[in-house]
Amino acid sequence: MKQRLVVIGNGMAGMRTVEELLSAAPEKYDITVFGAEPYGNYNRIMLSSVLCGEKTIEDIVINDRQWYADNGICLYAGQDKAVVRIDRVTRKVYAQDGTSAAYDRLLIATGSKPVVPAIPGNDLEGVISFRDIFDVNRMLTYSRSHNKAVVLGGGLLGLEAANGLVLRGMDVTVIHNHQVLLNRQMDRQAGEMLQKELELRGLKFKMAAKTQQLIGDKNGHIMAVRFEDGSELECDLFIMAIGVRPNMALAQDAGVYCERGIVVNDTLQSYDPSIYAVGECIQHRGDTFGLVAPLFEQAKVCANHLSDHGVAEYSTLPTATKLKVTGINLFSVGDFIGDKNCESILFTDPALGIYKKLVIKANKLIGAVLYGDTVDGNWYQELLEKEKPVSGIRDVLIFGKAYV
Amino acid sequence: MNDNTIIQTTCPYCGVGCGISAQVNEQNHQVNISGDKFHPANFGRLCSKGSALGETVELKGRLLQPKVYGRDVSWAEALDLVADSFTNTIEKYGPDAVAIYGSGQLLTEDYYVANKLMKGFIGSGNMDTNSRLCMSSSVAGHKRAFGSDTVPGCYDDYEQAGMIILIGSNTAWCHPVSFQRIRAAKEANPALKIVVIDPRRTSSCDIADLHLPVATGSDAILFNGLLHFLSQQNTLNQVYIDAHTEGFSEALNAAIISSGNIEQVATQCKLNVDDLQCFYQWFASHEKVMSLYSQGINQSSSGTDKVNAIINCHLATGRIGKPGMGPFSLTGQPNAMGGREVGGLCHQLAAHMDFSSNDDIERVARFWGSNTIARKPGLAAVELFDAIYEGKVKAVWIMGTNPAVSLPNANKAIQALQHCDFVVVSDCIASTDTTALAHVLLPALGWSEKDGTVTNSERCISRQRALFSPAGSAKPDWWIITQVARRMGFEQAFHYQNASEIFREHAALSGFENSVERGLRDFDISAFAEISQHDYDLLQPVQWPVNQTYPQGRARLFDDGQFFTPSGKAQFIAIEPRSPVNLPDENYPLILNTGRLRDQWHTMTRTAIAAKLNQHKPEPFVEVHPVDAQHYALLPNTLAVIESRWGSMIARVQITGSQQQGSLFVPMHWTGQYASHGRMGALVNPVVDPVSKQPESKHTPVQIKPYQPVWQGFILSRRELTVTESEYWVKIKGEQFFRYELAGETLPEDWRSCVRKNLCSMPAENPLWQEYQDPGKGNYRAALIADNQLETVIFIAADSNLPERNWLTSLFVKTQLETPERMALLTGMPPLGVPDVGIIVCACFNVGEKTIRTAIKEKGLKTHQEVGQCLKAGTNCGSCVPEIKALLLPV
Repeated sequence: MKQRLVVIGNGMAGMRTVEELLSAAPEKYDITVFGAEPYGNYNRIMLSSVLCGEKTIEDIVINDRQWYADNGICLYAGQDKAVVRIDRVTRKVYAQDGTSAAYDRLLIATGSKPVVPAIPGNDLEGVISFRDIFDVNRMLTYSRSHNKAVVLGGGLLGLEAANGLVLRGMDVTVIHNHQVLLNRQMDRQAGEMLQKELELRGLKFKMAAKTQQLIGDKNGHIMAVRFEDGSELECDLFIMAIGVRPNMALAQDAGVYCERGIVVNDTLQSYDPSIYAVGECIQHRGDTFGLVAPLFEQAKVCANHLSDHGVAEYSTLPTATKLKVTGINLFSVGDFIGDKNCESILFTDPALGIYKKLVIKANKLIGAVLYGDTVDGNWYQELLEKEKPVSGIRDVLIFGKAYV
Repeated sequence: MNDNTIIQTTCPYCGVGCGISAQVNEQNHQVNISGDKFHPANFGRLCSKGSALGETVELKGRLLQPKVYGRDVSWAEALDLVADSFTNTIEKYGPDAVAIYGSGQLLTEDYYVANKLMKGFIGSGNMDTNSRLCMSSSVAGHKRAFGSDTVPGCYDDYEQAGMIILIGSNTAWCHPVSFQRIRAAKEANPALKIVVIDPRRTSSCDIADLHLPVATGSDAILFNGLLHFLSQQNTLNQVYIDAHTEGFSEALNAAIISSGNIEQVATQCKLNVDDLQCFYQWFASHEKVMSLYSQGINQSSSGTDKVNAIINCHLATGRIGKPGMGPFSLTGQPNAMGGREVGGLCHQLAAHMDFSSNDDIERVARFWGSNTIARKPGLAAVELFDAIYEGKVKAVWIMGTNPAVSLPNANKAIQALQHCDFVVVSDCIASTDTTALAHVLLPALGWSEKDGTVTNSERCISRQRALFSPAGSAKPDWWIITQVARRMGFEQAFHYQNASEIFREHAALSGFENSVERGLRDFDISAFAEISQHDYDLLQPVQWPVNQTYPQGRARLFDDGQFFTPSGKAQFIAIEPRSPVNLPDENYPLILNTGRLRDQWHTMTRTAIAAKLNQHKPEPFVEVHPVDAQHYALLPNTLAVIESRWGSMIARVQITGSQQQGSLFVPMHWTGQYASHGRMGALVNPVVDPVSKQPESKHTPVQIKPYQPVWQGFILSRRELTVTESEYWVKIKGEQFFRYELAGETLPEDWRSCVRKNLCSMPAENPLWQEYQDPGKGNYRAALIADNQLETVIFIAADSNLPERNWLTSLFVKTQLETPERMALLTGMPPLGVPDVGIIVCACFNVGEKTIRTAIKEKGLKTHQEVGQCLKAGTNCGSCVPEIKALLLPV
């Protein structure tokens, strides 16, 4: 008799693990998947493309419901199928509507939740996050009927949202609490170049700004944003994009050991040997995750263990950043700021909108920021991951692999 | 002048004196240069320098207006000031307080008038010339042996000789067209023996059957040894010695005493005995032997003796004056010979007469109608500048030469001119190290505007003809001198209206009282005393003497055994070889040798204008033997400081086995205009030959050590820059760019602002700069690209690890940078698929080393002729053939 695998979370990390598992050990499990969104599995990171109109929802679906049926997977999808409890003693999970499933192995892939800023008015109508198809649809609705949008957060998600809304015809201001956009992915020069480029595309910015309050109209709908400096900005739609937190409440409630996320070992196993976790909900060796590449790696390792191959170990590699704004190429990886023990190499061609910075420490590449010309990003990432000494190629390093 | 008129003229560079056929487009001020197929010096061939003359006729950089204390003035004002100052100085301090320092670049007519003014009318012997620095030992040697300054043979002897010895002459680079002719003679007659005697293994060794790398300064021993050997072998021509010479036994005795046996000669000259034996044997067995010599012999404190040691061997074998044989001095400058003919050296008077004879002095005074003629020799170049330094000479007029660079102990020459009350400089170039020190600047004609005659190494008088009208307010030198002379009160003697009038007078003087009865002189061109303007204009090259006896000129002298000594016999000179005056010691353990490069001329005032000519050797360099390089911790292509007791320079190290251990070689050309520390003259010891007064420029004790700047780099800029930031700099003009090689001793705080503001004189903020920075490694690179054209590119590094410049320089001729080029720019390497031609080997056809290497490899080329067929390289002037052959050698 097959073992039973239950997966909580129908997102990218969970489903990639299932795909890997189906390929590694197709006959091993009876699989049940619970998802809180009423769809098959879709590519969340392409939501920006849907928002800006380059893609449709159909384009970004990875696995439709037929796929689940074809693979003998039992899918419970929808708001009422959201899992509300794990019973580790009986090894059963329960959904909101009472649906339950027993497991031999449980995979938690509940992802993350947008961080909601603790400011007055954060519960007003028209204040939303940018997380799923539902959010995208709401933003598209607003864009058809309203004009002024404010995006809180000049990170990847915030900029993609702002860019999408500008393309949808809205007047968009990005509020960022730092002088530099994408300050976790870009250094000052690259951030400034990006800001100039986005300004040319119609985005407005209010940098190093502290939001004090969201002001609502008499209907409880947002109408303005007030800042600590006393200034105000008209606002019909307020997008919160200041980050995500691991969604670990379910695991915590079940007594699975959590810190900032569900703590897993190098095999993606939690403190409960029958429970695995992957994706943005986990904490591995102190790190939590927000980008897709490590998730896929986790999926691979996790599937390896679920299929009893039991040899793979997960380790977090530096993750490269890419902004999904058409025509803007940027890339960063590793520690691109460095410290006093680091050396940096710069290449700039402002007329061509190119900026590159490599950070070297002890003769190894430890970080890179590329703006405008990112063709060698993957090569730098490879050098960085493999920790190859670069002294022999240092003089041509920044010019790219073609010169080595 | 119509467009594309063809004018026959003469090259203004070395003493070969090649004829040029110039296709002139006056309207565009352009000229196409080709060799004159009918000129006897070159029969159509030209070297790289001559071929590039068309690139040097531009007016940029020319002195076009008289200047007085930096102010543009009229000719009248400038001439008045010169005349008044000279007159006042003479009145107050006597005629010996003034001087003229001329040049082998002056035309005979200019030279004649300058000499006549100083010696004939001002009444001082203080007219000397830069020929003192290159030819005066030959002059003195000729005079001692022959009683006259006569070059006995001619170029035609090359083809007739059975053996040609090149002594102290890198003919391949310094007299390329003669060298090519010798090469052709050797190819036509493989039995022709070529021997090169030179401390360095130069490019001239390319065709040599034997190279004798003599110890610097040991030539007199070598030739004394030869005389001794010839006597031992009974190969002397006793009949000739008895009939036509005097002083043989003293000379032979001196030779025997100084040379000893052949092993002893070999030891003293640091030669292999077998090689020496071979040379002596060949000399003994070849009747038709030519000894070609140049500055390696002349520039020595015993240069005159060396010349006579060579001549002795020819007299002792009677091998002189007949086809295919004789001593042959290769002259350095286009008109050094003309200068000697008019008496341009301070011990000469005029027309091969000098101060040693009262009859000569009276004769010339009579001819010139002067009662103030000088009666004693004046000061020779080095003495003259010492006298200026000491304030004894208070006014000097320098014409067409650059003593601030070329004199030995050149820093003292600068100080001398700085201290001098009144310095006049006539030149065609505005900014030279010497014009910078002048109170009055007089714009002279450049080569392409000059009209007159020059005499080459083989006594051949040729016309230099004007291709263009005078530039700006420039005037012929003879006109300038004449105007000053008239203002000084010598109107009657300086009535000249044109050059031909001067030439006629010069010719008349050469024949004046020139007879067996009144003393026969070798130099006689009296056949031209009445030459019409028309005939002067059409004058064809002719070898003097040209007189009643030899109306068509004379190829060889002394074929009759008659010499111009009082006895009519040639004189042997007993030679006691002397060491150079300053010998290496523990502080200055190395010997500095100096010399010419293939593609540059003198102080580069003209050749450096031709981009093509700056590719071969772009930067001052020092050649070092590998063992010395190791001993003094010198690495290839790094910079080194070379220092003597008199001065120092910085040069790029080239390590080569062609250099002797213990000896260094530096090129003589660089000036303060093109390099911060490239003036070799600053180092050269101010030691002169006691007879010829020629400086010992090939032997100065020096030390060498690495120069250790904290940064090095280069700039290539479309625009000429004023570089102030770097201690070391070299400026090189290229094809549509200027190249600056740099090194500095202090690091600027911020390279970006230093480069933009200080080096390039531009605003700091400019988005058109592409930049590369690796401060950890000390690397900074930047390029200014405007309208997709490369304007400036700069590379800075902590060491000399910089990319080759060739590909980068090639981008300046492009109207648009391709994107891959732009992205590859600051690597210094071409994008994939773009060939890098390498360092230019063939300047005539612009063929690079890498191109040649590739062709050799891919097409299996075996000979330089095949390379020539394939790439044209080496098929024009041929002076890069040795380098091509080196590339053909298996690695």
